[in-house]
Amino acid sequence: MAIKPVAIAAYTVTNALGRGMTASLAALRQRASGLRRCDFEDCAIDTWIGRVAGLEQEALRGPFAAFDCRNNRLARLALEQDGFAAAVRDARARYGAERIGVFVGSSTSGIRSTEIAYRDRDPASGRLPATFDYRHTHNLFSAAELTRRWLDLHGVAFTISTACSSSAKAFAAAWRHLQAGFCDAAVVGGVDSLCLTILYGFHALGLASSQMCRPWDAQRDGLNLGEGAGFALLEWAKPGDDRAQLLGYGESSDAWHMTAAHPEGVGAAQAMRDALARAELNPGQVDYINLHGTATRLNDAAEDRAVLTVFGPDTPCSSTKGWTGHTLGAAGVTEALFAILSLEHGFMPGTLNTRQRDPALGAGLLLDSQERPVRVALSNSFGFGGTNCCLLFGHPHAAATRSRPS
Amino acid sequence: MSALFVEGVSILAPGLIGWNASRAVLTGERPYHAAALPPLAANLLPANERRRVTALVKLALHLAQEAVAMADCDPRTVCTVFASSGGDSEVLDQICAALTLPDRPVSPTYFHQSVHNTPAGYWAIATGCARASTSLSAYDGSVAAGLLEAAALALTEATPVLLVACDLPPPFPLLEHRPLTAPFGMALLLNPTATAPRLATLQVRPVGHRAPTTLADPDLEALRRGNPAARALPLLQTIACATSGRIILADEGEIAVNVDIEP
Repeated sequence: MAIKPVAIAAYTVTNALGRGMTASLAALRQRASGLRRCDFEDCAIDTWIGRVAGLEQEALRGPFAAFDCRNNRLARLALEQDGFAAAVRDARARYGAERIGVFVGSSTSGIRSTEIAYRDRDPASGRLPATFDYRHTHNLFSAAELTRRWLDLHGVAFTISTACSSSAKAFAAAWRHLQAGFCDAAVVGGVDSLCLTILYGFHALGLASSQMCRPWDAQRDGLNLGEGAGFALLEWAKPGDDRAQLLGYGESSDAWHMTAAHPEGVGAAQAMRDALARAELNPGQVDYINLHGTATRLNDAAEDRAVLTVFGPDTPCSSTKGWTGHTLGAAGVTEALFAILSLEHGFMPGTLNTRQRDPALGAGLLLDSQERPVRVALSNSFGFGGTNCCLLFGHPHAAATRSRPS
Repeated sequence: MSALFVEGVSILAPGLIGWNASRAVLTGERPYHAAALPPLAANLLPANERRRVTALVKLALHLAQEAVAMADCDPRTVCTVFASSGGDSEVLDQICAALTLPDRPVSPTYFHQSVHNTPAGYWAIATGCARASTSLSAYDGSVAAGLLEAAALALTEATPVLLVACDLPPPFPLLEHRPLTAPFGMALLLNPTATAPRLATLQVRPVGHRAPTTLADPDLEALRRGNPAARALPLLQTIACATSGRIILADEGEIAVNVDIEP
């Protein structure tokens, strides 16, 4: 039996494309990238980044001053877009603050605060400045704690940190906690912000491209880092529910290598199959796949094998990293919400910056966007440590009846 | 609410070296004496990986291995939850220090070990387990959150789940800002269907704000308060005593979890 579907009651994203869903939808439709040449603080790497403009002016104040750091500014900014915080207030009135869970994905949380504290160490003693607040900025839970306090929720709350699958797995964890009766509604999301650890780390691995990232391109040579936040409010779908729904999820571990994806994409394929199985859908019923598509040579090749194994060459798919850059722990929720945009608006984004499809790759990559009804959409997220998560969304007003030979 | 059977358990902390050696201390038959941890070897890993892994990874793998061995189950069939408040602060310290040097020479090895799911990744590589795995943090409530996520996984997927919780005191200068007093790690193998002799049966649910269950022994209570993973000690003590009980895992401002325990 298919799992009980969960309705997406409210949602929002903020990233290099702007604040709120409208900014992202407009940029996706107009093929307007949010990437720019790296101008993050004094970072000297020749690369492109997806930076959120104006975070410098968004300091957290008053009772939230202890949380002030780039990552929490971004989280708070996102929570205030698209009427999201107001929708959660309504849900709190219905369910009670103790019955709404908070599941936030983040890879590095506010590590930028620790970077700055190390920069400003006392030269004689080596001590960090007394003003450094580890708990409310750098610790991973800070991302979930800020979210929970901003929304005045008192239920289950934790930060999932599984690198670039973090906020996709937040949806899976939320479904489980709803099903187990540990909460009645859930705020899921993710937030990651630019920092030197990530920029110099990917640079050290030779994976930060000096050009705009080109997923699936024959000449692709790496990723661009971005920052972003996204949140969704989940509750059980009601009979006749007319909202987008989480239909299934799949998770797996590569059990292969800490940073290199399995070359055959075995774990990724398993996660996609598990998502389909939970939804009781066959591959031919999926209309669109939002790829993880980071534009590194090995990751795209492995994901291509996985998509071909499960779906064959005909299912339309694209990577939206050319718009936002790779937002790491926020990529899962960002791209899940892009998949929901495709359901809501009958629109499949293409793959920005990609000029020549790699002839060695065979998945049904869209270079140009298409306006076409999308009833079921899949979103892939994979990360360091061999972590894979795949989410499947549908829209009930166009029940998944289309069947292609698979 | 369905029950979870504890089929494996492990512990590693100063003076609490493995479950069998620690039981008499937890039950109060023997006094608690803190003593340094023995070196851990990470024998599960291939030699090339073993050389690279940090103390936190070795601790997590050791705990996981002991709990799975006690349950005598195939680790490839077990989903995992790794709970740690701060993750690998040794790695984060190295990276943040490198970023203060000219040209910011971040080590690729440290960078790829900087993710919170590094222990999960190594456990999967070591055992060949390809199943779902969650790595999480909830600051001082990380054990409570990990137990809820493990219970949610076990009950909704009808699968055995291995929960590993561990934290190490960070190196200077982070230690002053996160003053953990001792290393601590524990693991539980939870199964929603009984397949092996059980040490206890648990029922787990979140509750509103509650005061945590504390320990009578002042040294063990100091350990409980000195490391977020050690917040599990009252639960481990009740399991060791093979008695019924109700434990509240809670910390100021964080989630509280009610655990009902039967032998």
